[in-house]
Amino acid sequence: MSNVKRLAMLGITKQYPGCKANDEVFLDIEHGEIHALLGENGAGKSTLMKMLYGVVKPDSGSIIWNGKPVSIDQPSVARGLGIGMVFQHFSLFETLTVSENIALVLGDQAGNSKTLAHRIKATSERYGMPLDPDRRISSLSTGERQRVEIVRCLLLNLQLLILDEPTSVLTPQEVDNLFKTLRQLTKEGCSVLFISHKLHEVTELCDSATILRAGKVTGHCKPKDETSESIARMMVGEDIAISNECRRSLGTEVFADIKGLSTTSTGQFDVALKNISLQVKRGEIVGIAGIAGNGQEELLKALSGEDIHPNSQSITFAGTAIDQLTPLQRRRLGLAFVPEDRLGRGAVPDLDLCDNALLTSFDSGLVKNGFLRHTKIVELADKIIKKYKVKTTGNHDSAASLSGGNLQKFIVGREIDQEPNFLLMSHPTWGVDIGAQVAIHDAILQLRDRGCAILIVSEDLDELYKISDRLGAICDGKVSHFLAPEALPLVKLGQWMAGDFDTEATATSEIIAPSIPTTAADNEGILQHD
Amino acid sequence: MDIDLITNILYAMIMTGTPLLLVALGEMVCEKSGVLNLGQEGMMLMGAVAGFIAMYHTDSYILGFLFAMLVGVAMSLLFAVIALQLNANQVAAGLALTIFGTGLSAFLGNDYEGKQISVLPSLSIAELQHIPIIGKAIFAQNAIVYLSWVLIVVVYLFFRYHRQGLSVRAVGEDPSVASNLGLPVMLIRYLSVAFGGAMAGLAGAYLSIAYTPMWTEGMVSGKGWIALTLVVFASWRIERIILGAYLFGFASIMHLVAQGLNWDISSNLLAMMPYIATLVVLVMLSRDKQRLKLFEPMALGKPWHRSS
Repeated sequence: MSNVKRLAMLGITKQYPGCKANDEVFLDIEHGEIHALLGENGAGKSTLMKMLYGVVKPDSGSIIWNGKPVSIDQPSVARGLGIGMVFQHFSLFETLTVSENIALVLGDQAGNSKTLAHRIKATSERYGMPLDPDRRISSLSTGERQRVEIVRCLLLNLQLLILDEPTSVLTPQEVDNLFKTLRQLTKEGCSVLFISHKLHEVTELCDSATILRAGKVTGHCKPKDETSESIARMMVGEDIAISNECRRSLGTEVFADIKGLSTTSTGQFDVALKNISLQVKRGEIVGIAGIAGNGQEELLKALSGEDIHPNSQSITFAGTAIDQLTPLQRRRLGLAFVPEDRLGRGAVPDLDLCDNALLTSFDSGLVKNGFLRHTKIVELADKIIKKYKVKTTGNHDSAASLSGGNLQKFIVGREIDQEPNFLLMSHPTWGVDIGAQVAIHDAILQLRDRGCAILIVSEDLDELYKISDRLGAICDGKVSHFLAPEALPLVKLGQWMAGDFDTEATATSEIIAPSIPTTAADNEGILQHD
Repeated sequence: MDIDLITNILYAMIMTGTPLLLVALGEMVCEKSGVLNLGQEGMMLMGAVAGFIAMYHTDSYILGFLFAMLVGVAMSLLFAVIALQLNANQVAAGLALTIFGTGLSAFLGNDYEGKQISVLPSLSIAELQHIPIIGKAIFAQNAIVYLSWVLIVVVYLFFRYHRQGLSVRAVGEDPSVASNLGLPVMLIRYLSVAFGGAMAGLAGAYLSIAYTPMWTEGMVSGKGWIALTLVVFASWRIERIILGAYLFGFASIMHLVAQGLNWDISSNLLAMMPYIATLVVLVMLSRDKQRLKLFEPMALGKPWHRSS
């Protein structure tokens, strides 16, 4: 193969009002390599990718593709060159089917729907990501949706695949699968640009890496020669204080008590909960692992009050039956809630950060005789922004203008700051950078130590192993037992996530048992080395 | 009840339902692309007066209907510039279009009140029109009724099987994602709005040339509004729009039925029938939220502009 690089981005600069998203960025990608682009939230990774994909135009700089300068001013131009992109927030239309979504992008290449369906099936199976072309996106899990995005790229004459934080929503098995697919792709000469926060994935998968900080390139490296820590330093720019101790806690009296909670499914898009019994004590963190779409949403909604089941009498908070209470009434009993969707459920996209802070905090002295106390609201918003290092140009930015991780920091901060008795969290650090992850985990642990009961639903097993005091899994609307993470090997948790709850007494568990320390440690994630 | 009465009821039902069907079809396409145009009533009135004037002067049905459609398109493009290009609130812009169209049509049509034109004749199809009961309703209608059936099939096939139909739905569901994927969001929305305008113009001319061959101020009398609610209650589905439009047509001619059967019912009550019957049936049909989600354009009425 020639020495010509697949892609060279030379001196790319992009100025937005109030911030320089990219400042003279250089990026080289070779044929058939997996190149990592690293950086904290707001470092400018997404902007750079959007310019490469023709969604946003650079102010200056040039892009050299296979040795020739190109101007990419339309996504269709990028696709014509063989550049495919999987966005962090999927570019899929929920009410359309898999093949309709793919046909939209392929344009004239799509051919008639029958041959397209056939091609989708063939390609998806060849790369180990089976898909049913006729299913609607709304009925697919997050992992399956990602497959649709990837297969959609593969059907182009793909030479470079851009993946924006692809693993944050996947189970360990799905991640393994994805990595296999990516390696297969690079063997065929395709290059991959991989954006991630999870450094152990980068060291495992990527051939080279470019690191961005505040819009500038701060380093290049070969991840295989580096440790997660040394890369993290390049990203953050300073030594991050990391609380490594996994202080476990047993908790005190039971706060949230769920006894035999069952619901009925109301349609094709949700899962019925089946006889769920679960207690969360004050001063403990209960973690629930599970593959998306196994009842996590329904369980959280039943607890938060978004879904009220009229005949249910299964849940008490500190002895008070709450089944028929509205979300507001539950919040007044001390509930706080960080939902999975940041925009829409966690925050109102078009409102500014002050108003979003007010949304769930108005009981904490922000309202007097029905009138809003504006100074107090601004104070609260500023306090959250400062305490949780939310990158923003000011407290009057709309929620929608923040990057995903930054908004998450803000929402988590808002909820924790209310000093709740019971905190429900879905994916607390999804898409959040390392510095902020540590900050959020610390805040959660401190809140626990002050006696709050905490229930966390996540697909990030590193996270669950790190902060849970008791850990279990949910599958098809049923929950497993809950054990201390040290007593729960990853393999067994994996079986639980797959719905195989009754493995304790079988012979296989004895074979697994000796491996507890190593698997748990392997899984502790990136920043656990002392 | 004798056979003749039923035959005539069916015939009149389709006659009366056709303008609603046309407007609702156009508005459905427009809304599928995520644009809510509340100016249907105004565009219909402009279509009615434009069609009548052109017909009066040229005595050509084709020119009459074509001119009406052209005026409808012009009106809708006026709306599109304000609401899409200048990002004005779509509801306000649509309401303004209706008020504007109502006033302008009255002004332009002032000299034509009471003038006579010849009514659009029906095109009977040979022997088929003599089929009992349904023959007259289906095979003895005028050209625009037949055209409306062709359009139904075309629009249905367009959304069901054509790639551009898919593009329109995609733009109506999430214009930002559609733009990220490289679809020409603005062009698609302009064309959808223009189709809505053409249909409203055609429906207006149908009223002034085919249904009652004359021009009177405000002669559309709320049909544009009914068509708008029809689209929502039909949950953006063509088969339900057909049902709703003809149901309204049937209810509108209830007074004829009552006369035919010698019922003693107040004519005021009967005049309310079309509205009540249409709403009741469509409300019942559109209760299923889960199904509704599959057809409702998620971005309906929300302003959007491409970020640079």
